Amino acid sequence: MNIDGVNNGIVIDHIEAGKGIRIYEQLQLNKLDCSVAIIQNVASEKYGKKDIIKVDQDIPLDFDVLGYMDPHITVNHVKDGKLASKVHLELPETLTNVIRCKNPRCITSVEQEIKHIFKLVDREKKIYRCAYCDVEHKEY
Amino acid sequence: MEAPRNIINITDLSTEEIDELIGVAQDIMANPADYQDICHGKQLATLFFEPSTRTRLSFESAMLSLGGATLGFSEAQSSSASKGESVSDTIRVVGNYVDIIAMRHPKEGAPIAAAMKTVVPIINAGDGGHFHPTQTLTDLLTIKRQKGTLEGLTIGLCGDLKFGRTVHSLVAAMLRYKGVKFVLISPDELKMPDYVKEEMDEAGAPWKEVAHMEDVMPELDILYMTRIQKERFFNEEDYLRLKGTFILNRAKLKTAKEDMIILHPLPRVDEISVDVDDDPRAMYFTQALCGKYIRMALILKLLGIRKEA
Repeated sequence: MNIDGVNNGIVIDHIEAGKGIRIYEQLQLNKLDCSVAIIQNVASEKYGKKDIIKVDQDIPLDFDVLGYMDPHITVNHVKDGKLASKVHLELPETLTNVIRCKNPRCITSVEQEIKHIFKLVDREKKIYRCAYCDVEHKEY
Repeated sequence: MEAPRNIINITDLSTEEIDELIGVAQDIMANPADYQDICHGKQLATLFFEPSTRTRLSFESAMLSLGGATLGFSEAQSSSASKGESVSDTIRVVGNYVDIIAMRHPKEGAPIAAAMKTVVPIINAGDGGHFHPTQTLTDLLTIKRQKGTLEGLTIGLCGDLKFGRTVHSLVAAMLRYKGVKFVLISPDELKMPDYVKEEMDEAGAPWKEVAHMEDVMPELDILYMTRIQKERFFNEEDYLRLKGTFILNRAKLKTAKEDMIILHPLPRVDEISVDVDDDPRAMYFTQALCGKYIRMALILKLLGIRKEA
């Protein structure tokens, strides 16, 4: 399967197989004018299978959102057809306005314009707690 | 150590700071005249988005006894919250007028949201079923005052141990002190949550669960009673059957130590019979008095005011 390489843009690599489309939607890549490719179920030595997204434009990315959705992701920035930088994502310590607290007793359920903040309390188990009410957020 | 700006949870205070607050509160009790004008010119706002007469009056009495002034509201209906104003906006406005704010709100985390919008210190006077740090400080002062120590005590916790935030918070605070043992007395439906038991295990504090307070009464240095609420039960039959088991009366006190103390965060309904009130071990009204003094100490700490040497 041949997909053109990126000249100036980004390659989001090592996405867990099956998550590519969700990340595409989260980043609203459908709104871009440039070439965008989602490649699913690519053979991966490390993970068996993976998804890849290629975007032929250097767009700003929210690493917190991406890191939360899949901490195994690698983001490659390509300039003039060459790898300019590589970022290995991880679970962010704090998430702001990425997820919302589901506790109906939490102040965030009623207060307008409030920042929805979560703190990472267990990296291994990927547990985040609401910074206001301490209730654990259930998996994405 | 720099004073913390806000007290949202008891964990915002180190053990040294708690001990310091207890020390100041005891000094205020012993020498009230030294403190009667110490907050002259300072103002405390009591913003109670849900009613809690006792807690609000305790804060207001504390500030008035320090020579300061108070203003505020006692329920959301008498504030702009009834017009739909957010907590953030209310705090931004009130923060312009006062030096310190004590707030109670039915939603969990409301004081954290408030603290983000003002540089004025915020004291959490209860946020739903979440935290109520000044109740815990009150309990600690009462214990220290009556027992002379916070170490080596056996504490019986009786009633609703599942939903009772005061007992969870008290356990967390007492685990900081050496040699404390816990006896958990509750119906199966209202047992202490596992995460609290894990905290006790991690701290190496011995604990056991029993179904009847009479079985353990002679062992206890402190009996901390809580209210069993009807709405926690699926049917009235269970409630009525179990309620009686967890009522403290004079007869059940027969085997208790002479110097055991009985605590209750109040309001009491019928879980402590009125015939216990005259027993010298009943300390729940003294506890309410301690609540005022520890709040005085906390206000002074957060305002950075110290008694002149």
